[in-house]
Amino acid sequence: MTALLDVRDLRTHFKTDDGVVKAVDGVDFQVESGQTVGIVGESGCGKSVTCLSIMGLNDTRNSTSTGEVLFDDENLLNIPQSRLRKLRGSEIAMIFQDPMTSLNPVHSIGRQLVETVLLHHDISKKEARARAVEALKEVGIPRAETRITDYPHQFSGGMRQRVMIAMAMINEPRLLIADEPTTALDVTTQAQILAVMQKLQADRGMAIVMITHDLGVVAETADDVVVMYAAKVVEHGSVDTIFKNPQHPYTWGLLGSLPRLHTDVERLTQIPGQPPSLLNPPQGCRFNPRCPYVMDVCKQREPELMPVTGEADHEQACFLDDEVKAREVARLKETVLAEASH
Amino acid sequence: MADELLVVDDLKKYFPVSRGIIFKKQIGAVKAVDGVSFSLREGETLGVVGESGCGKSTMARCIMKLLDPTDGKIVFKGRDISKLSRSQMRPLRREMMMVFQDPYASLNARKRVGFIVAEGLDVHGIGTPPERKRRVRELLEVVGLNPEHYNRFPHEFSGGQRQRIGIARALAINPSLIVCDEPVSALDVSVQAQILNLLKDLQKEFGLTYVFIAHDLNVVRHISDRVMVMYLGKAVEVAGRSELYAAPKHPYTGALLSAVPIPDPDLGRQRLHLVLEGDVPNPINPPSACNFHPRCPRFHQGHCDVEDPELRSVGGNGQAAACHYPLEKWPMTAAEMRSGASGTPQSEHLEPELA
Repeated sequence: MTALLDVRDLRTHFKTDDGVVKAVDGVDFQVESGQTVGIVGESGCGKSVTCLSIMGLNDTRNSTSTGEVLFDDENLLNIPQSRLRKLRGSEIAMIFQDPMTSLNPVHSIGRQLVETVLLHHDISKKEARARAVEALKEVGIPRAETRITDYPHQFSGGMRQRVMIAMAMINEPRLLIADEPTTALDVTTQAQILAVMQKLQADRGMAIVMITHDLGVVAETADDVVVMYAAKVVEHGSVDTIFKNPQHPYTWGLLGSLPRLHTDVERLTQIPGQPPSLLNPPQGCRFNPRCPYVMDVCKQREPELMPVTGEADHEQACFLDDEVKAREVARLKETVLAEASH
Repeated sequence: MADELLVVDDLKKYFPVSRGIIFKKQIGAVKAVDGVSFSLREGETLGVVGESGCGKSTMARCIMKLLDPTDGKIVFKGRDISKLSRSQMRPLRREMMMVFQDPYASLNARKRVGFIVAEGLDVHGIGTPPERKRRVRELLEVVGLNPEHYNRFPHEFSGGQRQRIGIARALAINPSLIVCDEPVSALDVSVQAQILNLLKDLQKEFGLTYVFIAHDLNVVRHISDRVMVMYLGKAVEVAGRSELYAAPKHPYTGALLSAVPIPDPDLGRQRLHLVLEGDVPNPINPPSACNFHPRCPRFHQGHCDVEDPELRSVGGNGQAAACHYPLEKWPMTAAEMRSGASGTPQSEHLEPELA
């Protein structure tokens, strides 16, 4: 089965005064219809730039994207702008992190929704408006008929994010890219928004790429997980393998550093140091300056993404041998992953 | 009790809402904090959680006397500080410090790190200049920074390192109470873990008392001994952290807990979601009586919207909840939560909280 979205060796480089920033440096992943892929990593690891590159939203004056982004076997990186404009907003839609800055404050939400419909469909304004009301109802905005004339500032944060989702969904896209859709929201609102997204996905069978730094959100929504560190994919696998049999020290660090709701730990496992600058990434494995298991080889050669022995669809980029990893995973399970016993 | 460092009694902070340009007339008030009481022992950490706009930060600022409370008492080391003037407060400021949320905005970008950390020492006239310098270097080392960074500017540091500078500044004058207002919410998880570990280590080393405000329930559980849940300016539940997370009594606490995503795919899929409908109401015009009632699954018409529930002890162990119909067990399904609405109100059989 060919995937709906197939990203192959995507590299996005930005030219800056200080040199070339390789914000995305060889990223591969696939998304199939009806599937959710979660991309996790710390700020500055290239999650958002990956998505902007897929959408062709990076400024072409100072950035270049190479590789392939196949959407339905069409390479989005070298199709004309006019074709890309047709796809964006209808076939591929995006939700941004901050709903306040991504809605236009001087237009009513109705006008913004109608505009989205009219750009891609040859229908009357009245019909477009009816569709907009429908879309607002679907994401759970009460009194949609009257609220459609309201302006973004009249909505709360959660409601604005619902409007954003309605706008993304109004043309029934086949792929939805959500860039930290719930980071700015409270937990209760986050639960509401995630529920809306899951319901829409179940109804329409669209694919979702979910960018987040919250492993909890990933565990609850994603089918596949891509773990990124310093512009590269360090681990990629199904959500169960990533959470139950993580193979990369960075993933261990991420899982260990989370405070848990049901497990008491005196100290959190911390990843020492800071994420590296992408202007000048470390030699060899990019995680080596922070990695507790660092070996000589890590500083010389860069590990490639390799399949994990015995597990299909699970790849990792680390030189550690399987024995050490098995021991570490067992230890991790005993301590932080023991939540299931609760 | 004698060893109580901080006692807050019925703290209120109302912000006036006025209309008119020349003749300003007060037409209402935002009840940001509306009758919060708690006490804090020395060496203890009180976690405060709630959604944005529930009054957590306003409460913190009142405790620090950065805002003057409208009403209520703040007793710090046996002395009521709620009515003290600025000059009367000054000697007491040595005892309490604050760590702010945004490590980018809370450090003066034009001053060097050494100056920022030493400022408290300068203000209170502690030590001679060389002593202060030595102390600052010590502090930088304590919080895990290189003492050589003394002469750097804040912009040369990452978010996590800046938060360490903020913590060093708070520690400089040896306070007994540190109020942390969302100290880790702007940080990445790996850096967040570093800061949380640091705060715990410092508490052990210097016997600090924390009021720790956060919206992340996992973080609050990790660091706190007791947790207070706030909703629209009121404390709806106070409990030891294990009681609160294992057996929440207030429906709002239950809803908050069930909304936290669990980083475990199996558990995440099978657990019960109690998704709260709607948003936090407008604090200018809060709902009558129990202000959670319009969103509450256990809402009883004619009781919850008429009689204001007081914070009463429920289930022993110092757990207290402000609810007429506290939860009987946990976890519970949405249906069980609603069905708990039948029968006699349990609060009548319970003693009011005396602590």
